Amino acid sequence: MKIKADTGRCVGAGMCVLTLPEVFDQSEDDGTVVVLDAEPAADLVTAVNRAVQLCPSGALSVEE
Amino acid sequence: MTEATPRLATYPLTRERAFDPPDELARRRAEAPVQRMTYADGHDGWLVTGYAESRAILADNRFSSRPELLHSPIPQRGEFRREPLTPGFFIRMDPPAHTRYRRLLTGQFTVRRMKQLEPRIHEITLSRLDAMEREGAPADLVESFALPIPSLVICELLGVPYEDREKFQRDSAVLLNLDSSIEDIRAAVQDLYLYLHGLVTTKAKDPADDILSGLVAGGELTAEEIGGVGLLLLIAGHETTANMLGLGTFALLTNPEQLALVRDDPAAVENAVEELLRYLSIVHIGPTRTALEDVEVGGALIRAGESVTLSLGAANRDPGRFEDGDALDVTRPAHGHLSFGHGIHQCLGQQLARIEMRIAYPALLRRFPNLRLAVPAREVPLRSNMAIYGVHRLPVLW
Repeated sequence: MKIKADTGRCVGAGMCVLTLPEVFDQSEDDGTVVVLDAEPAADLVTAVNRAVQLCPSGALSVEE
Repeated sequence: MTEATPRLATYPLTRERAFDPPDELARRRAEAPVQRMTYADGHDGWLVTGYAESRAILADNRFSSRPELLHSPIPQRGEFRREPLTPGFFIRMDPPAHTRYRRLLTGQFTVRRMKQLEPRIHEITLSRLDAMEREGAPADLVESFALPIPSLVICELLGVPYEDREKFQRDSAVLLNLDSSIEDIRAAVQDLYLYLHGLVTTKAKDPADDILSGLVAGGELTAEEIGGVGLLLLIAGHETTANMLGLGTFALLTNPEQLALVRDDPAAVENAVEELLRYLSIVHIGPTRTALEDVEVGGALIRAGESVTLSLGAANRDPGRFEDGDALDVTRPAHGHLSFGHGIHQCLGQQLARIEMRIAYPALLRRFPNLRLAVPAREVPLRSNMAIYGVHRLPVLW
């Protein structure tokens, strides 16, 4: 699993950080997504998928 | 309380029961999640009541938020499309104009920044509870608790003097009242805008540690734009959470088992807030968008130029997404609700609203374990005529 984040699409709603703070953060500057761990452990797959699903702008995706 | 005045709008606004969306919306959702609706100006547009369809529209930038394209189910709001847009009022803009404003603000509303406000929100909450105890029962929970907490927080964050609350609360009530005339709305917008613009001018000379001062110092926006941004954030920042706190407490008081979970189990609070957001869906009507090109949604072909009005309340109870959605169950997985919207306009202040509610509900219920309604539930006045639903007053005893 590899997480891809498109900061151009991100609207800084913070849903990813709320869902999985171990993996996602927000830039201090403009609040856009910062991926802390692009290839998280397999046991986080459900939570990662939830973060992707909850993202309002479609900025997050996962490659298998 | 039911509405006495007949409405020209075909969009149903009267809620038969305090916490449920109008029954007609559920009936329509069962018929077809996307269906034709006649708008107040005669426009042949659409009503969307399904969860998947609402989410798809909110995420799709082929649907515009620009007021000049918009038809409204509410007669007065239909005329408002011909008014010039207040500068900086980015909730009514599309990309790339919208992106520019949002980017300047998102850094101020991150999860981390909002968490840093927790101690101050605790302090404000406790001081309101102390005041309630001092003044004694009965009290109107809206006036003594639900409204002051988010008002104080947003005022401090923006840098708006809380002493001026009578003025901005009065203007924002006019703006949200669906029965307000176009003249009254225009006057309230103007009044509030001039007030905020004046504040911005002051902050240019005498900056403080607040969002409006930060925007002035940033130098990317004009004073006119910052005034409009301030107007949007001030209204959005207090009316919404205030109504969630008032209506949410009312809902918990009529569901004692759910109330006990929120009061007694700190681990239950986070999800309880999401469930209250889903169940209550206080955005009473809309949002409305207009198709910029032909788009197919839920089997319907929405043509360019046609408006679509969503019911977030109906979508949040769609049985295709939330099982037994008409029940309040603070233990259900409630994430994914649309109460903060979805897509690029999803609520900027949602992480602030969550923290305010996570602190305020349990603090209130623990301070007053015997909190109860001071009047029969059917006598609680409901905000059926307001764009943000809730209770006008909530008389309580403890």
